[in-house]
Amino acid sequence: MSRHRNVRSINVNEEYEGYDDVYGHSVEDDYCVSPSEAAFMYDREGSKNKQKIGAFFQSVNDIAEENEGENESKEANLSDIDKARLESCVDQIRQIVSSGIPRQELVNIILLYNFNVEKAINFILGCPQYNHITEKKAVVPKDVDPSNIKVVTPGTKTTNITKGFDLVQKEVNRLNVTPRSQSPASGRATPTPDQNDEGKNLKQKESKFDVNVQYKKERGNAKENLYMVVIGHVDAGKSTLMGHLLCALGQVNQKTMHKYEQESRKVGKQSFMYAWVLDETGEERNRGITMDVGRSQFETETKLVTLLDAPGHKDFIPNMISGAGQADVALLVVDATRGEFETGFDFGGQTREHALLVRSLGVSQLAVAINKLDTVSWSQERFKEITQKLKLFLKHAGFKENDVTFVPCSGLTGQNLTGKPTENELLQWYAGPCLLDVIDNFRTPERPIAKPFRFSINDVFKGTGSNFCVSGRVETGTLSLGERILVCPSREMATVKGLAIEEVSQQTVFAGDQVSVTLSGIDIQNVSIGYILCLSQNPVQIASKFQARIVVFNVTVPMTKGYSVVMHHQSLVEPVIVSKLINQLHKSTGEIINKHPRCLSNNSSAMVEIQASRPLALELYSECKELGRIMLRVGGVTIAAGLITKIVL
Amino acid sequence: MKLLYKDVDKEGEGTVGLIAEEPEDMWHAYNLISEGDLVRSTTIRKVQSESATGSSTSNRVRTTLTICVENIDFDTQACVLRLKGRNVEENQYVKMGAYHTLDLELNRKFSLKKHEWDSIALERVDVACDPVQTADVAAVIMQEGLAHVCLITSSMTLIRAKIDVTIPRKRKGFVQQHEKGLNKFYDNVMQAILRHINFDIVKCILIASPGFVRDQFYEYMFQMAIKTDNKVLLDNKSKFMLVHASSGFKHSLKEVLQDSGVINKISDTKAAGEVKALEGFYTMLQCEPAKAFYGKKHCESANEAQAIETLLISDNLFRCSNVALRKEYVKLVDSVRETGGEVKIFSSMHISGEQLDNLTGVAAILRFPMPELEDEESDDEN
Repeated sequence: MSRHRNVRSINVNEEYEGYDDVYGHSVEDDYCVSPSEAAFMYDREGSKNKQKIGAFFQSVNDIAEENEGENESKEANLSDIDKARLESCVDQIRQIVSSGIPRQELVNIILLYNFNVEKAINFILGCPQYNHITEKKAVVPKDVDPSNIKVVTPGTKTTNITKGFDLVQKEVNRLNVTPRSQSPASGRATPTPDQNDEGKNLKQKESKFDVNVQYKKERGNAKENLYMVVIGHVDAGKSTLMGHLLCALGQVNQKTMHKYEQESRKVGKQSFMYAWVLDETGEERNRGITMDVGRSQFETETKLVTLLDAPGHKDFIPNMISGAGQADVALLVVDATRGEFETGFDFGGQTREHALLVRSLGVSQLAVAINKLDTVSWSQERFKEITQKLKLFLKHAGFKENDVTFVPCSGLTGQNLTGKPTENELLQWYAGPCLLDVIDNFRTPERPIAKPFRFSINDVFKGTGSNFCVSGRVETGTLSLGERILVCPSREMATVKGLAIEEVSQQTVFAGDQVSVTLSGIDIQNVSIGYILCLSQNPVQIASKFQARIVVFNVTVPMTKGYSVVMHHQSLVEPVIVSKLINQLHKSTGEIINKHPRCLSNNSSAMVEIQASRPLALELYSECKELGRIMLRVGGVTIAAGLITKIVL
Repeated sequence: MKLLYKDVDKEGEGTVGLIAEEPEDMWHAYNLISEGDLVRSTTIRKVQSESATGSSTSNRVRTTLTICVENIDFDTQACVLRLKGRNVEENQYVKMGAYHTLDLELNRKFSLKKHEWDSIALERVDVACDPVQTADVAAVIMQEGLAHVCLITSSMTLIRAKIDVTIPRKRKGFVQQHEKGLNKFYDNVMQAILRHINFDIVKCILIASPGFVRDQFYEYMFQMAIKTDNKVLLDNKSKFMLVHASSGFKHSLKEVLQDSGVINKISDTKAAGEVKALEGFYTMLQCEPAKAFYGKKHCESANEAQAIETLLISDNLFRCSNVALRKEYVKLVDSVRETGGEVKIFSSMHISGEQLDNLTGVAAILRFPMPELEDEESDDEN
């Protein structure tokens, strides 16, 4: 029942972007409201009775909006047929781009392009003023568009309600029904929460309401947390670049750095001295490559950045996926050396795969560091050449053009990392920001703190004392000290004994934080990497069979029924079987083009059924984006990315 | 397997006498025996006898029984075949029609009577009795925290041990926990190898993993072997072979068996041949989708057009209890052979066979494209 509260305090504009066209419904319609509040509300009850859509739209225009007059005059001139065309155009556009654009602006655009939907959409997508609201119609639905508004305050409620007027009645119903029918209490194999207790629900609502306030109180003044994953082809210089950056920011003390320098010289790998800051195990240092995700923290002017240094080597992509799954933004490092960039990009290198992976994992902002430019004597042509190639590819991969920034730099010499470059050759043509500024300019995505609590485990280790710790990321919701939590899919209860972010203990943690949780009342054997923690009154769904909508990348052998693949879901790596190919879909429109296809080849999109050998903790993409994404890999190559659309059990 | 006699008449009815010699023969026997067959073998039965005073005693007697098979049970791990059915030949201990469960034993003769010996069954007898010994290969598929120790024989892949441990990740200042966890994991794998692999039989041990796990493990194992003076490992050092695999899951074995170095070493095992054939099918599906089909209905229509060049079929389909269905598959195989096509019967105990099973169990590579088949509704719903 706490969901009602969620809906109530939702900032519809933020929340439902990427949720197709479901916008603007408020629970207030079903509730009693105080007269003072009611004065601000649009009375939908009247329109609810009239089922005619046309009539519905008529009433819409009666609501006063900015520039209403102008719009009226234009629309009034249209014939009835044109009006109908206009309505259908508006609907179509709204299906593709989300709700944020005022209606009469849409109308103007449509009239401008003479009812041509394609052109109108292109205009909207291309127009920078709509960037904060538009959404590309790529196949993998996009994440919530990050914006700087961090806290969903109840104050925005009234405006949200008015957003909903062009809703067709059907959609209203859908919104009404979906969360309830898919509530965990609907008889799934999960433990039944005792939810009849009205008093408890009330209390819960109260606490949920407090969450926003509390979040604001605790985090309002501090620097924003940002999680950044560093990706790129093997030997692109990711660790060195980051090591040097940390060093330049004073995160590594002189003594340690001196030690690394001495030791790395001893083994004849002096160029690896910065990489040693992040590569700590003996194995990694000896081989000179990163094998597992290295973590570190540094501060920029406005942000507290947690750095996840992903391995670039092909064999360690599973590690990279678990790192990237926790990141908000990504830094793609490419090697500018002649030949090196080409191997990393064109000839089956990891640059492409990594970029596709992070995009599919929901990372929408990307900075590209063109590294090792010193080896080509800071040539502007080389920089341009690489930039152009990457721009085209990244656009294809679904990154918005202005969410991608290119920075020339050198990890080893430290040029353009934290301050203005000193090399004259670079200064001649480059006047843009340095790497640190680019990182500082990233927008922090909105944290879904009001949603039910979900936490994905990516490490289990023994802490100090008798208990053990799990670390991972709070995907949604909040967790406080002392709460009872449910470990899924093993369905064991445990108590939270301690919470810590980067070794600093906390009372409450919020969505987006990477936390180590000390658990008690559960055996370490019953917890493993990839498990989900949730609250027992709102558990995650557990199933071994589900349907997903997938996009197949470049594959050497086509995917057939019964294909065995490795599925990555958060930190979980699990062998699964594609048990059924249900429909093949059109890549951009999502129409069914082939029922029961025999096989899926390159670049196709399809609905498939996936069977795992044991139950897994999953969520529908529509309910929880973070837990609704999957990756499929075969033989060390990522072959598909998907979204969970239906849970079969 | 040793063939003692074969007495099959023109109609296909008859009896075959066999002796199972190794565990793998049980697998062949499992594939041969179907419901309704008569099996005669020696067995131990608990017999209760009542004395004149009314007290009953029970004792175990060894007797020879013939049963009409009703239920077949195969334990893949222990390679034991258990046949349940009614007695059809009365003797002094067991009445007619009494139920008995036969455990087929190694090195004891049994005879199998079928009402109809079809080509598949007869071929199976031939294959089983082929005295040429194929190389036994052991493989360790591993990744950090997960390892499978398996034995690959000519017709079976047996998972002997699965080691699944959570290894703490490396984190600032806690590198030791990661390395300690890793060493413990390697130790477990090493123990599993020593316990499950018989170095006298196995000709080659493959260690496959992504990244450097295999090298690290190999180094660790021999360091430990030197430390503990483990003669068995040190003597067989040359049998170990390091191969790349993309993950530690069972299906990665497929990649290992495709590795050119491995193919050279184990050349003729059925497992490698099957993997190659299935790969051929997938490649064809990618390049010329109109020349590769799967599913019973598609394969049958292709066969009607005499289009099948290679038929891949899983032995699982011949084990089904539905006699009519089995006959249909046998007919398909026979007719493909008649038209000069090649038939590859996959063992469902191999990785590739498992995958074929998931892919309806039957697939065909055609001589010429048949695009018209593509439009036909496939029967992959069942």
